[in-house]
Amino acid sequence: MIEVQHVSKKYGRVTAVDDVSFRVERGEILGFLGPNGAGKTTTMRILTGYIPASEGKALVAGFDVFTNPLDAKRRTGYLPETPPLYPDMTVREYLDFVAKIKAVPSSERKTRVDSVMERTRVADMAARHCSKLSKGYKQRVGLAQALIHNPEVLILDEPTAGLDPKQIIETRELIRSLAGDHTIVLSTHILPEVSQTCQRVVIINKGRVVAVDTPQNLTARLKGAETMYVQIDTEGAEAGPTLAGIPGVTRVAASDGGYEVESERGTDVRRELARTIVNRGWGLLEMRPMRMSLEEIFLQVTTDETPAEASRPAEAGEEAANG
Amino acid sequence: MVSVRNVLAIAGKELRSYFASPMGYILVGLFALLSGFFFYVFLNSFIETSQRMSMGGGGSVNVNEMMIRGVFHNLAIITLFVMPMVTMRTYSEEKRSGTIELLLTSPITDVQIILGKFLGALGLFGAMLLVTAVDMAILFRLGNPEWKPVVVGYFGLMLMGGCFLAVGLLISSLTKNQIVAGFLTFAVFLLLWIINWLADSVGPTARTLLSFLSITAHFDDFTKGIIDTKHVIYYLSFITFGLFLTAKSVDSERWRG
Repeated sequence: MIEVQHVSKKYGRVTAVDDVSFRVERGEILGFLGPNGAGKTTTMRILTGYIPASEGKALVAGFDVFTNPLDAKRRTGYLPETPPLYPDMTVREYLDFVAKIKAVPSSERKTRVDSVMERTRVADMAARHCSKLSKGYKQRVGLAQALIHNPEVLILDEPTAGLDPKQIIETRELIRSLAGDHTIVLSTHILPEVSQTCQRVVIINKGRVVAVDTPQNLTARLKGAETMYVQIDTEGAEAGPTLAGIPGVTRVAASDGGYEVESERGTDVRRELARTIVNRGWGLLEMRPMRMSLEEIFLQVTTDETPAEASRPAEAGEEAANG
Repeated sequence: MVSVRNVLAIAGKELRSYFASPMGYILVGLFALLSGFFFYVFLNSFIETSQRMSMGGGGSVNVNEMMIRGVFHNLAIITLFVMPMVTMRTYSEEKRSGTIELLLTSPITDVQIILGKFLGALGLFGAMLLVTAVDMAILFRLGNPEWKPVVVGYFGLMLMGGCFLAVGLLISSLTKNQIVAGFLTFAVFLLLWIINWLADSVGPTARTLLSFLSITAHFDDFTKGIIDTKHVIYYLSFITFGLFLTAKSVDSERWRG
């Protein structure tokens, strides 16, 4: 449904997006994950035809966004980082206007406006001016605007930014309910969002794609070592050296009133760990595996840079490009 | 046709946004106030002159020559002052608030957006001129002027206003800051207005060129009730060129990001 092929975006000598390629299948939700200034917004703007790519091409529903922009745009709904609202229009007027410029037939316009207001739960604010809406409502009207022409593809730039926790959950549910009928690309720098809503993740850093996979696979693949957390009642004795002596254990670190025990990958040290502790006559209070969260994976992939790469001027340029 | 529909959708949005804020009312009101004031001043001096003339027994003065031409020239000058306020926010505001992203990612072309914005602003200018029709109605009630210079004068004003709008749109598309856009537009208008003042102090070739460039110099014939195709073509090509440059500016903005 969406195909991005070797897309680069340069601003003068600064590269904001560098040779990015990925595909999104019909009905899929793809998460676009990266720190601020990684090139998420730039990539999305290229996909929506707002800015042209310097190199490479992007296809939406089979249409090249550069050579065939109108056909591509007709099939794309886009929620930019800040919802593009006209402050002096009411919500209904606004959606009606968007429906007009998104080529919704005039006979269907009213029903479309009503149905998206229903769907995004903004109907109670229909007569309110956009400038008088709360942040949460603005975001939802922005989403309504993206849905108005029932596009095949939805591009959502940080759809949950600035919402309160309840609204975040509601918005995620809404997005999940839209998958299937729509192909969705959403960007975020909030990690749980990805594991909760997306089927696939593209992690982007400094303009480059660093990983593409499902959230589960990413978690499994990037889990380097197995780590156990144990809490022991040693009655004052130091347990560290004893634990480090267990075969297979590579590192022991005190943490949080207990110990983090790291072992070689593929070695299960749990039995030996428990036996040693019990044999010493200590009380084993707690033992649990420490899973690497997406958060840590994210940090790992986005900070594992070679020095040469890290010094590339991409960051500064991206700030300027997003402005 | 879809494209006309898009243009009208944008034009309608523009026009509504003028009147959704106090801006539209202030502009129309300001225009009415200024034009009304000058009309009153002209009317007074006209009455005085005609009284003096009739007392001297030298026949009557020409209402077309004295009143209508003067009033239209004044309207042209007021337009020059008020128009930057009409155009300064058209693009700047969309860029500042990010709504430009909505327009540029919708299935409409840049040209449709520009034409829509142009027509919307022209609509507001039309509303401003409509209010001055009250002054003209008074003239028709009191005296017996010819209707032709009045109609042609309004036609010329719309054309000239269109030129100002095209320049204003272009400048507005260059900046995010509407105050900057407003001042810059005013400066350019002023320059286009006074450029033929230089005409007297330069050589004959340059003189022809300068007075040809001046927007206001082309306006004079309209106030006499004459539609000269030369002037109409000048205004229309000026508008087309201005809008063309605006389209280029919007497009190049895309590439620069």
